[in-house]
Amino acid sequence: MGILSSAVSITRYRVEGKIEGPVIEIVSKGLKKNTIPEIDEEAESMAAGWTSFENPFHPNFDGSSFVFGNLFVFALRIDRKSIPAKLLKKHLTLETSKRLAKTSRRFLSKDEKQALKDKVINDLAIRVPSTPNVYDLIWNYEASSLWFYSNLRSANEEIETLFRRSFNIGLLRLFPYTAADITAGLSDSERDVLIGLSPTHFSD
Amino acid sequence: MLDLAVAYNRYRFLGDEFLTWLWYTIENDPSVLKSADPDCQSLEVGNRIVFENRKTKSVERITIKGDEAGLEEGRLALRKGALVSEIALIFKTGEYQWQFSVKGESLNVSNLKTPGPSLPQSPEQMDDFILEKTGQVDKILQFLEKIFSLFIRSRVSSKWTNKVVPSIKKWIISIEAS
Repeated sequence: MGILSSAVSITRYRVEGKIEGPVIEIVSKGLKKNTIPEIDEEAESMAAGWTSFENPFHPNFDGSSFVFGNLFVFALRIDRKSIPAKLLKKHLTLETSKRLAKTSRRFLSKDEKQALKDKVINDLAIRVPSTPNVYDLIWNYEASSLWFYSNLRSANEEIETLFRRSFNIGLLRLFPYTAADITAGLSDSERDVLIGLSPTHFSD
Repeated sequence: MLDLAVAYNRYRFLGDEFLTWLWYTIENDPSVLKSADPDCQSLEVGNRIVFENRKTKSVERITIKGDEAGLEEGRLALRKGALVSEIALIFKTGEYQWQFSVKGESLNVSNLKTPGPSLPQSPEQMDDFILEKTGQVDKILQFLEKIFSLFIRSRVSSKWTNKVVPSIKKWIISIEAS
């Protein structure tokens, strides 16, 4: 579900810190450097990186193509290859038979079985296409806020890591404690009370 | 600031208390909602509400869903010590309405449906679409931020123990009696 969807899910972040230097140029550089690599016809089973909001399968971060008004709009793409278990079993059985016939043996050692399995997975990964998942985001640089259009834990963990690597600034997820600490405008003494809070029991 | 993973788990109860307080506020003190957004004509519980009881050995979860679903089961759950852990809401201004769900432990928003705008028909319309759509999403996120701030400021004050908790307890008992 992305920006264009009729129903969206959003995880809110506070962007910690500011970029030093020409912001659009530096963001563009970070996006280009960490653009999603194509892994079809490669042995990699998973890849994650930035892509364009409007053309997620043809990422392009030239100029200010990711700037909409005062917002940066782009997307995280995660490509994964999934090899069906039955397909793996079939190819592993065939390869095992070939190897046994070639060596005139009846069994393979544990290490040989593992090495053969790794080789089969590798060979299949090259032939199996990846499945892409695209998660849009809107970054309001001036307000230091970012909306990530997914509540999936794995996608959230990926964006937190990739964002820091790309722009050298961090993302702080807003959940009850961080929202209370950062956005509620509490005084120092109120923050002290917040830290000591324990659950309320509304029923006796 | 505390370690984030520790803080997430240690204070997840705040999110559930917030949603429980919000349900109480919707039913008993809706003027508070207007102080978070003067445009708010009403905030209604939508077609799904989830309760979790963590006072028991294993977490008990009750989900009530459906447009015509009664909330009696949920009210019974409150009496037994459960809190609201997820709630679907309908936010209405004079002309428009937004639908969305909030999860207590994360404060994540899901299934957010805004009153518009229509999808862009050409790439040239994309800028306007993004800005209008963002404004409509922002209205709900700002509202949530403000209403959560009101809750937290009350939660860390003596008013919570002296006034708010007794009022909520009274409300729960009144549900029992009605």
